[in-house]
Amino acid sequence: MYKLWAAIIKDVRILCRDRFGIILMFGMPVILAIVITSIQSSSFLLASDDKVPLLLCNRDTGEAGRQLILAIDKIGMFKMQQVLKDESDKIITGRVYSKDALLAIIIPADFSSEITMKSKTVVSKALNNLGLEGDTIHATAGAASPIILYYHPVLQESFRHSAEGALRSAIQLVENKQLLKNLYFSLSEKALPDTLENDIVNNQTAVNEIPVSKDGSRRIPNATQHNIPAWTIFAMFFVVVSLGSSVVREKLNGSFIRLKTLPTNYLVALLSKQITYLCVTMLQAAVIFAIGVWIFPLMKLPPLNLPADIAGLFLVTFICGWCAVSYAICVGVFAQTQEQVNGFGAVSIVILAAIGGLMVPAFAMPDSFKTMLNISPLHWGLEAYYSLFLEGGKLQDVWMNVIPLFFITVLIQLTAIIGLKRKHLI
Amino acid sequence: MSVMAVSIENLAFSYPHQSNMLFSHLNLQITSGERFGLFGPNGAGKTTLMNLMTGLLSYHKGSIRLLGNEIKTRNKSVNKLFGFVPQDLSFYHELTPVENLEFFGAWSGLHKKEIKKRINELLEILGLSDVRNKQVQKFSGGMKRRVNLAIGIIHHPSILFLDEPTVGVDVQTRHAIINYLKELNKSGTTLIYTSHQLSEAEGLCKKIALIDEGKIIVYGELNDLLSAHREEDLEGLFLKLTGKNYRDLNV
Repeated sequence: MYKLWAAIIKDVRILCRDRFGIILMFGMPVILAIVITSIQSSSFLLASDDKVPLLLCNRDTGEAGRQLILAIDKIGMFKMQQVLKDESDKIITGRVYSKDALLAIIIPADFSSEITMKSKTVVSKALNNLGLEGDTIHATAGAASPIILYYHPVLQESFRHSAEGALRSAIQLVENKQLLKNLYFSLSEKALPDTLENDIVNNQTAVNEIPVSKDGSRRIPNATQHNIPAWTIFAMFFVVVSLGSSVVREKLNGSFIRLKTLPTNYLVALLSKQITYLCVTMLQAAVIFAIGVWIFPLMKLPPLNLPADIAGLFLVTFICGWCAVSYAICVGVFAQTQEQVNGFGAVSIVILAAIGGLMVPAFAMPDSFKTMLNISPLHWGLEAYYSLFLEGGKLQDVWMNVIPLFFITVLIQLTAIIGLKRKHLI
Repeated sequence: MSVMAVSIENLAFSYPHQSNMLFSHLNLQITSGERFGLFGPNGAGKTTLMNLMTGLLSYHKGSIRLLGNEIKTRNKSVNKLFGFVPQDLSFYHELTPVENLEFFGAWSGLHKKEIKKRINELLEILGLSDVRNKQVQKFSGGMKRRVNLAIGIIHHPSILFLDEPTVGVDVQTRHAIINYLKELNKSGTTLIYTSHQLSEAEGLCKKIALIDEGKIIVYGELNDLLSAHREEDLEGLFLKLTGKNYRDLNV
């Protein structure tokens, strides 16, 4: 036991004197968490509070064009800026290109007349079907000039799709209004009263958005709640650079030769490194969580809400840390040089993070990658954290993620031991 | 009958990539309390032999016994019997001499109180007391060599293997180290030493073996060997028996 204690003290002393290593282990993930959360938080605000900038050119002089503008404005998604109807497409696209706005909508000159014509055709068909006589309309419905939506290529696909969806819903509203007015007039030869129009068109059924959680709490997830767990796991696994280097350094400098001639098994050294660096990973998690809880609000970022089940949080953090440390030792055992550890270690963690769903959500991945998810320990760690942080889960809810993570850890440990035996290091 | 510190019988060894055996039926006896020198040109096999004696390499056939204990069994308790001062500086450069000695002392099987006592003794003897709390990476080459030696002897080993313990140090440090090794030998420690510093070796070793191409070509008391080969010093004997051609091209 004293040998193990001496080894731990030695490892802690060496670690504390590696200032660059400490900065890398603690500073980098904190910066990463702050930067990513800030960016994602502001992206969220772009689509909600700040709104997407939009240029609107209404070349239509009729009522439908004006109504469409009102409907788009009412959606509340866009910061609308109207341009003169004589403005050419070239100038409008030029303004979008120069990021005056990320979107531009051009309402064609015949929009109102085409909408009216279309609605009259539909009403006439409807009345004829009912055996009533409607106006004879010869025009063919559906031939109206299209509304043009220009967008800047930097606009993410998801934003573009929501903008397009919002525009379609506004057009639908205008078309429905027109249809209703024509139908009412054909039946009663009177204009549709405003109150009735309002009751029919604007009386939409409300949609309540409720995040699903295991504990029934309806806490709305935010960028912090998504990012802190993800980048904590990333930081833990990034210990590969420091710990892997430490193992290689010990192999390369003479100290390892000396250790082999001493009456103590090298496995004690590995156990010492595991204990020391496991404490480091736990400390990393504690620091990042503390920053999320107390520092983020000071930076006007959403605060981190810790899960109710702290025991569950401790267990998941412990297993993640142990897996990260095991991986780092395994890389250190097989690497020949520190450059190999730094290169392979860092790149492999980025790859495991990518296929583990830290960078792109697992549900958005192609099917071929979804099977690869299972081999990434970062995936199981992230799922367990999300269960606690986002779904309000408890210890009993994370077992299905913790067990695979445990088995991956044992597999990595066995690989490291086989590597040590093959190299006659133990 | 004198006790054998090291007893090598019919040793056979080759590296995995080698087709020929480096050692085949090698025999060597080193009596307890001796100051024994193992010499040979580069690539002769002396470092390999030292690595085999300290258990850093495993051998295929034969036996190596340290004070009657077979080293091949990989029984770690055998390692308490000897100390090793490798040619490379084998310690943690980020730590101080005290911290290094605390760690290696514990791993050598000493208790906390004993370690503290030995640290004070060794730092005093080797002139490192004033820098006891400075990081070794800031030390001169000579000071690092003394730390390397101190770690090898912290647990009072019965046998001390020294692989070029004075390489790259100044005359004063070399003098101090050799004198200390002699003192250590007087207290009963068997010294098994290898070096290319033949004049230094002459002053330290009473008995030697010259090894070349995996074979012991001469073995005995140094003075007897010099008389028998009518040579004045070890260097002359060395060149006479191993030739003057470069020998490290085949290493």
